[in-house]
Amino acid sequence: MCNKPAVVHDTHIIDGTKREIHLCAEHAAEHGFADIKHVSMASFTTKVGSAAVQSPSCPTCGTTVPQIRQSSLLGCPDCYDAFDKPIGRLIGQSQYGATHHVGRRPAGNDEDVSRRHETQRLMHELEAAVAAEQYERAAAIRDELAKRSRGEG
Amino acid sequence: MRSDRPPPLARTDVPDSDVVLSSRVRLARNLTGEPFAHRCDPDRSRSITAMLRGALLQGDLDENLSWIDLETASGHDKQLLVERHLISRHLAESTTPRGVAVADDETMSVMVNEEDHIRMSAIAAGLQPERCLRRLIRLDGELETRLNWAVHERWGYLCACPTNVGTGIRFSAMVHLPALRMTGEFAKVRQAAKDLHLAVRGYYGEGSETAGNFFQISNQRTLGVSEEELLDQFQRVLIPGVVRYERAARDVLMDRERLAVEDRVHRDLAQLRAARLLKADEAMRRLSSVRLGICLGLIDEIPLDTINALFLHTQSAHLRDRVGGTLSPADARAVRAELVRQMLSL
Repeated sequence: MCNKPAVVHDTHIIDGTKREIHLCAEHAAEHGFADIKHVSMASFTTKVGSAAVQSPSCPTCGTTVPQIRQSSLLGCPDCYDAFDKPIGRLIGQSQYGATHHVGRRPAGNDEDVSRRHETQRLMHELEAAVAAEQYERAAAIRDELAKRSRGEG
Repeated sequence: MRSDRPPPLARTDVPDSDVVLSSRVRLARNLTGEPFAHRCDPDRSRSITAMLRGALLQGDLDENLSWIDLETASGHDKQLLVERHLISRHLAESTTPRGVAVADDETMSVMVNEEDHIRMSAIAAGLQPERCLRRLIRLDGELETRLNWAVHERWGYLCACPTNVGTGIRFSAMVHLPALRMTGEFAKVRQAAKDLHLAVRGYYGEGSETAGNFFQISNQRTLGVSEEELLDQFQRVLIPGVVRYERAARDVLMDRERLAVEDRVHRDLAQLRAARLLKADEAMRRLSSVRLGICLGLIDEIPLDTINALFLHTQSAHLRDRVGGTLSPADARAVRAELVRQMLSL
């Protein structure tokens, strides 16, 4: 389009055909690519819209691109992988170029994770039993949870 | 919830209380295997609320929390919680099953089913973010022994809004910057904050820019920087920088315009002592001026914590609570004026 150096490189896959666009700063602005420092959720969701030709909705929760566009929120933790590229781009821009988490993580290995998963399930069951006034069952679940919190489960 | 209690934030025997009213740290967490809060149907929201309520009220937690069910709470109680900064306006106004767990001394609150499943905050008077962070990490550590938070290998703790991923942490300080406003230097603070990746909001959050010259300053970056690094920057560099800047502006005012400042703060105090009808924004503006007068040593008969408490007690739900009923706007102005006169009486 012009001879100025390209600063924006964007790749779309539409109907299985790869299409690359390289734009200079001026043309990029004309085509709606925001200055990296001033990225907004609106410009992000526009880009999700173009990438979503491949993955129109999250396989886990069914959240679609228009829904994300409307609320600025993802539907579930799995949306991060379902929309990984555009979300990665947004995160990089809103986080001043950071690309990876550093800092705390939950302690423990896979076994701890599955133990917590079971505890979480029991806590859900306990609340359901109380709501349904099944007090004997609730007491049994509570005993089981107590055993687990003492490390016996 | 009692509205007549002094807020924990009114204390002044804490670091940098002349400029920093309070520090707050919040952690956002979401359950794995569940949709984010806004995508849950009412039954699922109710079930998650009940489960998290159970987890937060476990007797073996270090924190002693009490539960307030916001699905059934009255509009008045929700407004009180908002005014005491224990819940967000968003949570108060939401219609899904939700609640909040609050520590007895109101220095910790855990919102359930706000934008994220859990948003836990610790708050302290003055500049004490480290104290807040330690409490939150302890609570988070206790909760994560029984709950699986949604965590991503690359993005860390996952949040409903992708701009909060990583640590899911936000440090914020409520700072009082009257001298920077009076000297016209505030625009520079705003620009510096932007360059340092900080957000600046008003006393009541977004859109309340100038209320009482109070500003909430918080980090925007949550990814690629650890909790400890953020704490260090916030506590040792960023907020102390703002504090120094405000103090320098106060010195300039005292050097160059002492009489004008003295005139202004004493007039504002006299107005507050004389008023029979007082609107909320006028109270806020004049109290802000009196607060500056106290910090500059120009007013010495009123303790700073009295003014800090008045910022809270002159808000509408607190006034309604005081008279034990509904209040028309005109009546609220009268009750507000009476309370202020009483607390500032000679």
